[in-house]
Amino acid sequence: MERIVLPQIENLHQIDVYLANHGFEAARKAFSLSTDDIIDQVKKSGLRGRGGAAFSTGLKWSFMPKTTDKPKYLCINGDESEPGSFKDRQIFEFNPFQLIEGAIISCYAIGAKVAYLYIRGEYHKWINLMQNAVDIAYERGFLGEKMKETFGTSFSCDLFIHKGAGAYICGEESSLMNSIEGKRPYPRVKPPFPAQNGLWGNPTTINNVETITNIPPIIRNGWEWFSKIGAPKHPGTILFGVSGHVNKPGVYELPSGTLLTEIIENYAGGVLGGKKIKCVIPGGSSMPPLRGDQIEGVRMDAESLKEVGSAIGTGGIMVMDEDTNLLDVLIRITHFYHHESCGQCTPCREGVGWMEKALKRIKAGLGTSKDLDLLCDVANHIEGNTVCALGDAAAWPVKFMITRFRDEFEMYVNKNVVIPVPNKVHSMRDTSIPLASIEK
Amino acid sequence: MKFTFTEENLKRIEQVRKKYPTALAAVMPVIYIAQEQNGFISNEVMEEIANVLDIDKVNVLSVVTFYTMYHTKPMGKYHVQVCTNVSCMLRGAYEIFDLVKDKLGIENMQVTQDGKFSLEEVECMGACGGAPMIAINEDYYENLTKEKVEEILDSLK
Ligand SMILES: Cc1cc2nc3c(=O)[nH]c(=O)nc-3n(C[C@H](O)[C@H](O)[C@H](O)COP(=O)(O)O)c2cc1C
Ligand code: SF4
Ligand code: FES
Repeated sequence: MERIVLPQIENLHQIDVYLANHGFEAARKAFSLSTDDIIDQVKKSGLRGRGGAAFSTGLKWSFMPKTTDKPKYLCINGDESEPGSFKDRQIFEFNPFQLIEGAIISCYAIGAKVAYLYIRGEYHKWINLMQNAVDIAYERGFLGEKMKETFGTSFSCDLFIHKGAGAYICGEESSLMNSIEGKRPYPRVKPPFPAQNGLWGNPTTINNVETITNIPPIIRNGWEWFSKIGAPKHPGTILFGVSGHVNKPGVYELPSGTLLTEIIENYAGGVLGGKKIKCVIPGGSSMPPLRGDQIEGVRMDAESLKEVGSAIGTGGIMVMDEDTNLLDVLIRITHFYHHESCGQCTPCREGVGWMEKALKRIKAGLGTSKDLDLLCDVANHIEGNTVCALGDAAAWPVKFMITRFRDEFEMYVNKNVVIPVPNKVHSMRDTSIPLASIEK
Repeated sequence: MKFTFTEENLKRIEQVRKKYPTALAAVMPVIYIAQEQNGFISNEVMEEIANVLDIDKVNVLSVVTFYTMYHTKPMGKYHVQVCTNVSCMLRGAYEIFDLVKDKLGIENMQVTQDGKFSLEEVECMGACGGAPMIAINEDYYENLTKEKVEEILDSLK
């Protein structure tokens, strides 16, 4: 089976091994093409972003203004903080030079002289590995001024690593740019979009690490080759990270459109203890969860997952067996988004916190069926009403977990507990729910 | 207590600044350098960072307080971070968390009396395939059992 991003070549992280395996051939070829040509090829290849939204990469690049005096930038997103995602670090560790080559070609295509590679701060080890690779690339003349000589071109670019410091929101593209600029990393209101007004107000493109790593093979082998791999509308391979209740958790590079059940059974070794699957989150914790009886025949690509009411996200597959308490899972997920909310907009800051409290109230045995409806209602009011997509990311799990597993959640709401309705006679103090007692 | 960067760190700061077109953009790496030297980011440290970069102190403060990896008070020599997010939770992360709490006798975000250990419950560390996991300072430990965690902690004593 074809491996594009993580080929099975021993010691590929060493530059000489990389060079012996077509290393930097794609960059050489790219410099013989026009930038329009490269963008066109990437567009035709059908490559879609691997950072979550599965947006056409070539199309995104084409938004970059051609005639401008402003400096342009490329940001490579290696924040990798979506729970359930652990794929980009495989690239840092096992194929760093292909990422660097991808960055060079991408910079050339969009006209950027500087690329920032944003890596989450917790990845000390992988930052060091990546920095080491970047240093070697400079030494060997694949980055910086020396590139001109190496490739015989007038183009050169720099690649700098920016280390994050522990904030999920910095994976959001506009927050990431504010983080690089040294500002408090609040997401920005869009429009204007980064291609117009990005880093320091200049045209900027943001792509995921895996997306950029796909670029060299596309240029080397041609867009037709790539477009024929996997699902036609979302071609290529995807790094699927499988975690949770499976025998062999790990990252598996497989063609897009591979059956979800096949990934779980054949690659991840099936469910622990041979148990049944209750729930699968197919693309990292922000994506709508699927019921165990929904996953048969589901293919792992953007279009197929949309059809069944979920999304590909980052390809992080979280498997939960039949004994999983979904209320606990949902509380944990909601706690995460509450913790990571930057606090800029009210529906996200207050709404997600409220959802967490309401779920904990159910956990404490004080919930009713009405609370479940109310939770879905609040989730609906958060969705689409915030500056960035973290609001949606927090709303989806609540809304879909409760609606798709309503039977289980009904079981959790203890119908014997009647919550008194506040009225004119009682003071709120007497009738309100004792939140303090259930807050951890 | 007045804080000043060492000569060597001042040189590193000079290097870091070259990566960015503005001084403000160097604030994150410089906070890291300061934390490495001082252990944590105090008021005085923030003042000196602002000083060195010639930016407003409030800019430093607003960045330091946003991120979880910048510490405004001293942490232990070994900062133990236990991930309890979903993939780890499904594989017993809370048992690991409770074990570490018991063993060290501290709660989340506390430091042991001898200053040797501190504990932090963290969000997904991007190691879900190796769940449950913990990190100690900069190192990841994956595919853990309670026994392994005890062993690791004991080896640090
Ligand atoms: C809250 C939030 C967190 C995100 N985290 C990441 C991340 O860690 N890595 C990533 O590549 N994209 C992340 N994204 C998506 C980015 O905003 C952006 O769409 C992506 O990096 C674009 O790259 P692509 O087109 O190559 O997919 C996040 C988005 C949101 C709303
Ligand atoms: S949706 Fe949440 S995380 Fe995004 S900008 Fe608003 S408050 Fe911040
Ligand atoms: S959930 Fe623990 S590392 Fe991802």
